[in-house]
Amino acid sequence: MSTTTAPGEQTAAVVARSLTKRFGRRVALAGTSFEVRPGELVAVIGPNGAGKTTLLSIVAGVLAPDEGEVSQPPGSRPFGWVPQQVALYSKLSVAENLRLFARLERVADPEAAVKRMLAETGLEDRSDEEVGHLSGGNRQRVNIGIGLLAEPSVLLLDEPSAALDPRQRERLWEFISRLAARGTTVMFSTHDVAEAERYGERVLVLADAELLFDGTPVELERTAGGGTRDFESAFVSFLRERGH
Amino acid sequence: MRWLLVKDLQILRRSPLLVGLLVVYPVAIALMIGFALSSPPGKPKVAFYSQVAPGKGRVSFGSQQINISKVANELFQSIQPVRVRSRAEAIAKVRDGQASAALIVPGDIVNQIQSLITQGVGSPTVELILNSRNPLERQFAQQAISLRLNQVEQAVSKQVLRVAVSDLHQVLNGGSVQLLGQTVPLLGLRNSRTIIEGTISSLPPSSSLRVALRQVVAFADLAIEGLGFASPVLSSIGTPLTVQQTQLAGQTTPTATYAVAIAVIVSLMFVTLLLAAGMLALERSENAYSRLVRGLVSAEGLLSEKIVLAAGCAAAVTLVMAAAVSAFVHLDWGRFELWVLALAFGGLAFGALGVAIGGVAREVSAASLMAFLVSLPIAFVALIPADAVSSGLKTFLDVVAFVFPFKAALEAASNAFSGTSPGIGLPLLHLAVLAVVFGLLARLALRRFASA
Ligand SMILES: Nc1ncnc2c1ncn2[C@@H]1O[C@H](COP(=O)(O)OP(=O)(O)O)[C@@H](O)[C@H]1O
Ligand SMILES: [Mg+2]
Repeated sequence: MSTTTAPGEQTAAVVARSLTKRFGRRVALAGTSFEVRPGELVAVIGPNGAGKTTLLSIVAGVLAPDEGEVSQPPGSRPFGWVPQQVALYSKLSVAENLRLFARLERVADPEAAVKRMLAETGLEDRSDEEVGHLSGGNRQRVNIGIGLLAEPSVLLLDEPSAALDPRQRERLWEFISRLAARGTTVMFSTHDVAEAERYGERVLVLADAELLFDGTPVELERTAGGGTRDFESAFVSFLRERGH
Repeated sequence: MRWLLVKDLQILRRSPLLVGLLVVYPVAIALMIGFALSSPPGKPKVAFYSQVAPGKGRVSFGSQQINISKVANELFQSIQPVRVRSRAEAIAKVRDGQASAALIVPGDIVNQIQSLITQGVGSPTVELILNSRNPLERQFAQQAISLRLNQVEQAVSKQVLRVAVSDLHQVLNGGSVQLLGQTVPLLGLRNSRTIIEGTISSLPPSSSLRVALRQVVAFADLAIEGLGFASPVLSSIGTPLTVQQTQLAGQTTPTATYAVAIAVIVSLMFVTLLLAAGMLALERSENAYSRLVRGLVSAEGLLSEKIVLAAGCAAAVTLVMAAAVSAFVHLDWGRFELWVLALAFGGLAFGALGVAIGGVAREVSAASLMAFLVSLPIAFVALIPADAVSSGLKTFLDVVAFVFPFKAALEAASNAFSGTSPGIGLPLLHLAVLAVVFGLLARLALRRFASA
């Protein structure tokens, strides 16, 4: 695990220092540093192949960085992790998937955690259905539910809305907003600019392995020049001006 | 690890088609192999030409007779004769491939045998012509014929000895012989001696004949003593010689049991490899691997779980298979614990090989295909008889047999089933070492390929 506890005080929920990751000769992440404050809702935005998954995987501890490190305040719970591709056993039922991961995460009361997640994801009446038979939206709900089993204070979601239709997206963002309102720190990635503007309190712009921008959506619009343009065209011109 | 095991068993229970295939397919293959190995190949076709005139095939000696046509009939139990009318025709049959060999019996065979028996000269010879195109076929025909000829030879020598012993007996104790259709009484040495003893005592003490007859009695004593000693020696030679067939560098497990061991180990290999490789690849293809490696399970734990799962399931399936087969072929139930040990150790070694394969593959289908591609040649190579190949190739085969678990598992199982040497200890140790080695390789493969 690349997640280590930094010595001394740390007020940020996540601290990333010069994270670098190479796959062979290709650089997927080039010396990225940032902090996430507790309770913040942070969007990681960038075109496909920018390095979003690489970044979130390193923060989650799925990938080890070649350089740099990730730290969190001493004594905090492990991050919750929702991978881009649904990571579930399709032959197991919803409840069985939740129960298995609750046990593997060594949650104190697995049955209670399963019940709670079924209620929160609204899948109580589907609990005995095989995951392989669920719709994409419901599968994503279970996927997220597993990330929340251990009641993490930081939840990392990799393109959670990518496979969903507009109505399912709406429900997903309601769900995530509720979590954030309860004080959970959320970091999500998306290639949908509008989504980042709408739900992100802060945006990190990644392109070609580099972190180009770290600030609020309003600041990004301003940086890209004038308040005349909408966010999306501001983002596009921001990338173009920097040669991407 | 316990929960992962439970999870995998649940998944398997819900995949009846997969499990059905996993069980049925290897069992079918195994049964086919078993049948192929246990049912003897058909009798070789042999062109047969006898120059012996009909009704002239009898060799007689003493009071005994050997009927050449009876001997031929015995030979025909081992071959499928194609009767031809000339030597040239016999050769043509072999050349055309219609027969794998030709056996030609010369017309004077009877005289030859007769002269060997009565005068001890000559060597009766039959001509055997073999097809040199197909070495396997040639060897096969040669074996079938030479085995029979051996038996004929033995039968003849037994007959001769029996006659010699009974003649000797008659010389010692007297009896009768058939001469020109008449029964002629034979006095015998012992009786002659008694008669002479009587004659001596009836002679006057001063008779000069006494000295001469005493010398005859002394000679008779010597002869009786010598022949009395020779007789049991001869009869011991005359008792059937048992032919002890020892195959060098081969195993001595009964063929049928060995065939069962092969079938069981082939099944064990397929089920274990496919399960271990497939279930490990499933973790990757379902993306669950990325969740698991976040500290939920160690890579070692994950690999051990798959090895135990595959070995356990496969050992159970093959144990049932062996138990079922034991209704037809004798397997030693007294060694049942050793069956379990052999299958468990074999399963662990194959399981480790399986996860090494599964660690490289990303998808279940790829993993299964690879497991399949790996297992076929391993089994094939391990089953090639060592004396059928050149020494260079033999070294290669030995290396393969040593590096992969098939041969060791086969030795362990055939020992467990029949209790013949070599012992089970060494194969089990071999399997344990292979399990560890392949486990380490799997660990490397996972580290190398998991992030890719
Ligand atoms: N396992 C891998 N092996 C090789 N290259 C990879 C691997 N994962 C990602 N990459 C490369 O790294 C770059 C960043 O990928 P990724 O983080 O998945 O981008 P994003 O999530 O923003 O679409 C891409 O060019 C991708 O091709
Ligand atoms: Mg991605």
